[in-house]
Amino acid sequence: MSKQIKSVTDPNLSMAVLSASDIEKIHEATLEIIERTGVRFPSKRALALWEEYGAQVDHDTQVVRVKTEIIEEAIEEGEPEYVLAARDRDQDLPLDGNHVFVGTDGCGVQVVDLETNEVRTSRLQDVGEIARVADALEEVAFNWTAVSAQDRPPESRGLHELSAIWQNSTKHVQTESVYSEQEARAAVEMAKIVAGGNEALSERSPLSIMQCTASPLGHDGGSLDAALVAAEAGLPVGFMTMAASLTTAPATLAGTLAVGNAEVLSAAALLQLTYPGTKFFYAAAQTASDLRTGAYTGGGPEDFLYGAATNELADFYDMPLSMGAFATGAKAPDWQAGLENALSSFMATISMSDMLLGVGLLHGSRIWSYEQMLMDCEIFAIVHKMMGGIVIDDETLALDVIHAAGPGGNYLTQKHTMDNMREVFVPKYLDRRPFETWEQDPDFARRTAREKAREILATHQPEPLDSRITAEFDRIIASVEGKQV
Amino acid sequence: VLQSTVKSRGFQEKHIFILEIDMTDEMFGVMAQAIIDGDPDRAAQLAQQAVDQGIDPLEAINAGFIKGVDHVGDAFSRAEAFIPQLVMAGEAMKAAIAVLEPELERQGQKREVLGKVVMATVEGDIHDIGKTLVATMLSASGFEVYDLGADVPVAVVANKAREFEADIVGLSALLTTTMLKQKAVIEALEDLGIRDKVYVMVGGSPVTRKWQENIGADGFSEDATGAVIAAKELLGKS
Repeated sequence: MSKQIKSVTDPNLSMAVLSASDIEKIHEATLEIIERTGVRFPSKRALALWEEYGAQVDHDTQVVRVKTEIIEEAIEEGEPEYVLAARDRDQDLPLDGNHVFVGTDGCGVQVVDLETNEVRTSRLQDVGEIARVADALEEVAFNWTAVSAQDRPPESRGLHELSAIWQNSTKHVQTESVYSEQEARAAVEMAKIVAGGNEALSERSPLSIMQCTASPLGHDGGSLDAALVAAEAGLPVGFMTMAASLTTAPATLAGTLAVGNAEVLSAAALLQLTYPGTKFFYAAAQTASDLRTGAYTGGGPEDFLYGAATNELADFYDMPLSMGAFATGAKAPDWQAGLENALSSFMATISMSDMLLGVGLLHGSRIWSYEQMLMDCEIFAIVHKMMGGIVIDDETLALDVIHAAGPGGNYLTQKHTMDNMREVFVPKYLDRRPFETWEQDPDFARRTAREKAREILATHQPEPLDSRITAEFDRIIASVEGKQV
Repeated sequence: VLQSTVKSRGFQEKHIFILEIDMTDEMFGVMAQAIIDGDPDRAAQLAQQAVDQGIDPLEAINAGFIKGVDHVGDAFSRAEAFIPQLVMAGEAMKAAIAVLEPELERQGQKREVLGKVVMATVEGDIHDIGKTLVATMLSASGFEVYDLGADVPVAVVANKAREFEADIVGLSALLTTTMLKQKAVIEALEDLGIRDKVYVMVGGSPVTRKWQENIGADGFSEDATGAVIAAKELLGKS
């Protein structure tokens, strides 16, 4: 099916949420947080490194305080532009500030079963099948680990997931599901085999690794160690803040941006000081906790503003951004899902976030739905169309055609209409049928999306991995599991 | 006596007398107000004043501070108050209890609690906030809560449950890889021979009702208020 990837490029729309002086203020606040309050780095290796770099390290609390100059110099080292490579070279993704790519969301724990429609625990088979559907869709540019392979052991789960995705997709893989040093070493080995050696890996890694911070102002030890392993091997590495206003960040949006920024910048600095030139990316999915329950919301006006503002920050640091978008808090592909995913993806896109995470999950990134996945792709297609803006020139103003048709004329009979009709968006799932047709089949969008997913699963087979590669994968995974092959 | 306006967080402004109060009834009202305002310093100061004036600490709790918790709790259930108000009320209550508890002990009295709860985020998992919110809500609702923190080894949770004679063990996990430790804690409680003496409640983003049933836990909730309801139900206190 599709080898093409749909990305937003050369946009004709723009919007700024933050002014230059706003960004400067957030930046200064961030540096003050890192220097005065500090960030927790619960990893022996990270603490030792920070000590070596002249930071003030408290070994009891594992809190590191770093002088402004050290942070500012360190993050200068990062690569501002690089490529997320794919198994299929034609599907490489340039992170150059002029592309917005969409990935699958992650990491869900349940799946709406495509056959029974029941919500059930996710398993390895789902990981592969989701990757296969994503491989066929032009709107999906890269894979995240969409759901957790809960039928595999915890110490090697992230590796089984990677293997399943590569066997079902020729697109880039960004995993958010590898967070221990041992698993990261194995994941790097697997990526090296796919890339074809060490040099190829650091040139064109088919794998990037994303770690979550532990808001407020902390990191997970395993994540830090895993990120260092990946950075050493030349993989693109990102840190995602999920700071949530009210609970893990201040109630105010500005404070939440600053807390998250301190987490991401402190991690970036550690990686750049240790492996200068690391292909670092900023990642973020800030939100606001619900005032009534304290729970993660997965959508709302705060999220939409964070979506646009964070790329303005990431641009200030010359870092590509992987931005949480879509990922509705709704429990089904409904009104709320449409609203939240449209606004979140639009706001993240209009500031040209490099990567959007991502399509397919419901209930705050917990439940995978193929219906939602395909409808999310449609949302992105609409946003993509809107980002083209309105082109004003002689051809588009069409004065001769307007004259020819005249008052009361019919544009359907004009050649210009035929030539330009593709300007008009053709939806797959928006329901524009007559009322009576709808009455007889009110579930049109969801049914059509389901059928599309089934059709892809029945027919689409991406170029398979060499059997020697899968054998190597099995060997690597078995060694992590302490088995002999 | 000086009249002053106390701006309570999110509630109607209230006129109260905050200085030189010695009338006990009025003082109880002020204690409740300190909880409603979510002001731990004020609550501790009033608790100390009660101790100094020889007011029965149990009465200070039941006729004073608890009324504030009830007020916020009722407002919350009517959706007129929000989580931050509930949490700050809980913090203020904790501050008052911390002052009054030694006095209670000295007098050989005991505060009535709904039950004892040992709470932890499981081994290997550092995600703290959800567990802390549940702990605060339980404690604000009248449970005695021992919050062991995050990344707590399985054996530590089980041993603390035995040591504190817990009625409920509450276990949080955010990762699919660490939620398995909830099961490990249940097994450790079995090994200690106290599984039948304690209810186990589980929660966290990836945790579902089905998971609770699969691992043989007794209670589950998707959020903090639900956790309080579930805990009360388990102990027959609802």
